[in-house]
Amino acid sequence: MTSPEQPQPLVDLQAVNKHFGPLHVLRDINLQVKRGEVVVVIGPSGSGKSTLCRAINRLETIDTGTITIDGKTLPSEGKELAHLRADVGMVFQSFNLFAHKTILENVTLGPIKVKGASKADAEEQARALLERVGVGQQADKLPAQLSGGQQQRVAIARALAMKPKVMLFDEPTSALDPEMINEVLDVMIELAREGMTMVVVTHEMGFARKAADRVVFMADGQIVEDAKPEDFFTNPQSARAKDFLSKILTH
Amino acid sequence: MDTLINNLDLFVTGFKNTGILFVVSAVFALILGTIVAAMRVSPVPAMRAAGTLYVNTVRNTPLTLILAFFALGYPRLGLPEINFMVAAIIGLSLYTATYVAETIRSGINTVPVGQAEAARAIGLPFGKTLSLIIMPQAFRSVVPPLFSVLIALLKNTTVAAGFSVAEAGAIRANLSERGEPQMVGLLWVALIFIVLVLGVLSTLQRYLEKKWRVAR
Ligand SMILES: Nc1ncnc2c1ncn2[C@@H]1O[C@H](COP(=O)(O)OP(=O)(O)OP(=O)(O)O)[C@@H](O)[C@H]1O
Ligand SMILES: [Mg+2]
Repeated sequence: MTSPEQPQPLVDLQAVNKHFGPLHVLRDINLQVKRGEVVVVIGPSGSGKSTLCRAINRLETIDTGTITIDGKTLPSEGKELAHLRADVGMVFQSFNLFAHKTILENVTLGPIKVKGASKADAEEQARALLERVGVGQQADKLPAQLSGGQQQRVAIARALAMKPKVMLFDEPTSALDPEMINEVLDVMIELAREGMTMVVVTHEMGFARKAADRVVFMADGQIVEDAKPEDFFTNPQSARAKDFLSKILTH
Repeated sequence: MDTLINNLDLFVTGFKNTGILFVVSAVFALILGTIVAAMRVSPVPAMRAAGTLYVNTVRNTPLTLILAFFALGYPRLGLPEINFMVAAIIGLSLYTATYVAETIRSGINTVPVGQAEAARAIGLPFGKTLSLIIMPQAFRSVVPPLFSVLIALLKNTTVAAGFSVAEAGAIRANLSERGEPQMVGLLWVALIFIVLVLGVLSTLQRYLEKKWRVAR
């Protein structure tokens, strides 16, 4: 896919392997994501999509291989890792907003405690971000007082507040009621348009078609296909992908 | 009533010392207990082992033995001298901290892992993840059992009486020296304890539970 004269990829996974005990969850994964690129990761349950995402910001360790973010190899632990993690924003399926903090505090915590921003600056930025994702009115509430769709948009704002170089989304709309899915996808599509580099695990084909540059299909811990969205959905190459698509398309 | 009024000096000194023993020991026990709970969930194996060892040894030792050590054994070690009050505070704090640690650790286990992952994902190091995200939520979920530990501590202050700290539990003995009816004295001590527990601690517990209700 990538030709040699292209600039260094922002996210670069080389021969990454990972086991959970006897289970080989990531098999020799090679994946490059260029600056500004939006990659959708798709695949059957248990194929290793979440593990891949979590490995990229080191929530999960890897056994062999290297992962570099903007040319820097992920350190194993400690302060340096914490800093590099801040370059990688992550949005979880279950939102994971800090339950005891207000919406505003959820968004200002990282900038204040990790980047040393002043409270005033952090709050100004947070309010602008909350406005941008459409939950500006909710700033002083607790997460539990918001709908799932609103919580997920706050989670996106919280990640953006760290000014990450790349954003990872692990099935961001899977835990949402159908009527809330679009409000979250719209924010993500907007983000993609503004040039954010994104890795998105999702089965929302509408999003893949509208916003993705590439679709990566995973099965059994391997990347089986890596294609443009249109090509992948209309003309999958592997039997695994054909089988998978026939299942999700009939639903 | 006469027993109470005629010997008000005894009651006042007794309960003042009980109060000091309780408040100071509670503060130290909460601090130490929190640190030990943090050690027990730390990623460093040596920290976890040290925390576990401390909890298992001290928690399984009777309080009277711990206090006896500080009152009787410690002075013979040739270390700086400490008075009975300080000895009692150290003993009670070390003992109560193990219960605090276990209570908080059970609270930590109620905090969903996603909270810690989200904290790590925005770049918070382990210590800050623990102190800013996990511990505040853990505390909130263990207010009732934590207060049981504190009530036990309040009652355990009477054990210190056996080691010459003139606290409330010792009032009865002093009363009998003054030729007052022991039974009446004992009832008064018990009554004041109940008032302390119900009036002060339970009120505080209700207040915190209401204030800290974690919505999920
Ligand atoms: N912490 C863990 N310990 C052991 N096995 C795990 C762990 N996390 C994931 N696994 C296993 O690794 C495999 C890949 O899991 P992963 O969550 O990455 O899949 P996924 O593609 O995200 O699936 P889904 O679509 O269901 O979210 C699964 O078989 C899963 O059971
Ligand atoms: Mg998953």
